[in-house]
Amino acid sequence: MHFSIDLILAQMMLGLSVGAFYAMLSLGLAIIFGLLNVINFAHGALYMLGAFVALIGYDYVGPWFGFDDFHLGFWPALVVAPILVGCFGMLLERTMLRRLYQFDHIYGLLLTFGFALILQGVFSNYFNISGTPYGGSPESLSGIANLGFMYFPKYRLFAIIFSIAICVATWFVIERSRWGALLRAGVEDAKLVQAFGINVPLMVTLTFGFGVGLAALAGVLAAPIYSVSPLMGANLIITVFAVVVIGGLGSIKGAIISGLALGLIQGLTKAIYPPAAHTVIFFIMVIVLLTRPAGLFGKE
Amino acid sequence: MSELAHRSEPASATQPALCIEDLNAWYGESHVLHGINLTVNDGEVITLLGRNGAGRTTTLKSILGLVDRRTGSIRVAGNEIINQPTHKIARLGRLGYCPEERGIFSRLSVDENLHLPPALSEYGISVDELYQMFPNLAARRNSRGTQLSGGEQQMLAMARILRTGAQLLLLDEITEGLAPVIVQALGETIRNLKQRGLTIVLVEQNFHFAAPLADRHYIIEHGRVVETIESSEVEAKSEQINQYLSV
Repeated sequence: MHFSIDLILAQMMLGLSVGAFYAMLSLGLAIIFGLLNVINFAHGALYMLGAFVALIGYDYVGPWFGFDDFHLGFWPALVVAPILVGCFGMLLERTMLRRLYQFDHIYGLLLTFGFALILQGVFSNYFNISGTPYGGSPESLSGIANLGFMYFPKYRLFAIIFSIAICVATWFVIERSRWGALLRAGVEDAKLVQAFGINVPLMVTLTFGFGVGLAALAGVLAAPIYSVSPLMGANLIITVFAVVVIGGLGSIKGAIISGLALGLIQGLTKAIYPPAAHTVIFFIMVIVLLTRPAGLFGKE
Repeated sequence: MSELAHRSEPASATQPALCIEDLNAWYGESHVLHGINLTVNDGEVITLLGRNGAGRTTTLKSILGLVDRRTGSIRVAGNEIINQPTHKIARLGRLGYCPEERGIFSRLSVDENLHLPPALSEYGISVDELYQMFPNLAARRNSRGTQLSGGEQQMLAMARILRTGAQLLLLDEITEGLAPVIVQALGETIRNLKQRGLTIVLVEQNFHFAAPLADRHYIIEHGRVVETIESSEVEAKSEQINQYLSV
């Protein structure tokens, strides 16, 4: 078998653009797990919800209100979807998830899993399971960019850069700001932080909203690349959980780095031995679990 | 901190800094405190003495709402706090809490640990002054919290609440496991804080450390105050104290 360098580079770039989504989604999961101790199984469904906010905003909202010409564009959707879905998440946390913190992890996991099924079920009832194309892709990002070693879709390039920027900014806020210090302290000992006079329950709600907002942001970002489908989250989330396990549950840096790296590795595998492309992440997960059960960046 | 630092508002000056009446507390089903009564006046240092498991730490945690359930009355500078959520208690009572395990956050630097608790009053000690007070910390301000020695962690835990301007300090076993020279330094610190007019509740096992510092000792056994000893009575009652504290 011969591999051309071009093919490998091309697949690696595509892999990186997938990895950018892994990174954003696993980052949200890691933040939520860190502070809430909840394994948010609804994360994929909320990613799907983000994509649907973009789709519905573009195709449906105008006609609903009698303005047939109105389309919520991609850029506004990039702001509106995380806010809407984040608020929905905070409502979910305040009214339901909060009651389960005193119990074992498994209850939060079951509740969020149930939510994922409900959301998928509702959207499957109204939308095509095999996907609806998103019409709002930004004009300015259509076409192809010459990277020197290959031609690459401009939009995918934008998605990679945008996700990495969001991940790095989030990392920076968590590791360097006062807000982040409160969050890190809350992860270690929420009761003591509360005893110092910080409203930890509110902090938990906002953190959940933020993590969920990241999922929705990824969803909007995905809409122009993949068609918007009620099951788009369910297909992705299993891989994302593997990424989180490899990076180390709750590790912010681990989530970002392993998200991008595993996307790359997946792309590389696609070039070298395509049949293994979908399983390679799980192979790595098994190896990591056997050698470093807490994950590459997790604390033992 | 200025000379005026220690005076709270006139309204609360007439009230005891801390007044606990018939405090009962539970962890889950287990009933740990059975009617604690104690009063601490403004500017006093008192100790809670007793054996491990007697309920001293639980008394501090109950004040902060860190137990599962509590009944009775806890008034801090006149404010009833028994039904308040934990995060409001620190502000209402200007409370500074130093837990037994010191509670230094390992993922935060010394500086971040120091700046973590929000300010509670304008009487906080400035960071510069704190670094003068605890010079070891200044040299390690960018280290991670857990890279400090036990003594340094204890100093950080103290410094952290002094920066907030807390007027009532709840200090749980601050001398535990520390070298004699550091225990001595902590004694100096407590004396210094008392001079500044802070009110201090010490949970202690080390009576030799506590005896010269405190105005009054409460001996706790099985979740009750079994003896209240003024500092003037310590010598006369030393036999009794030894009996209560011997393991």
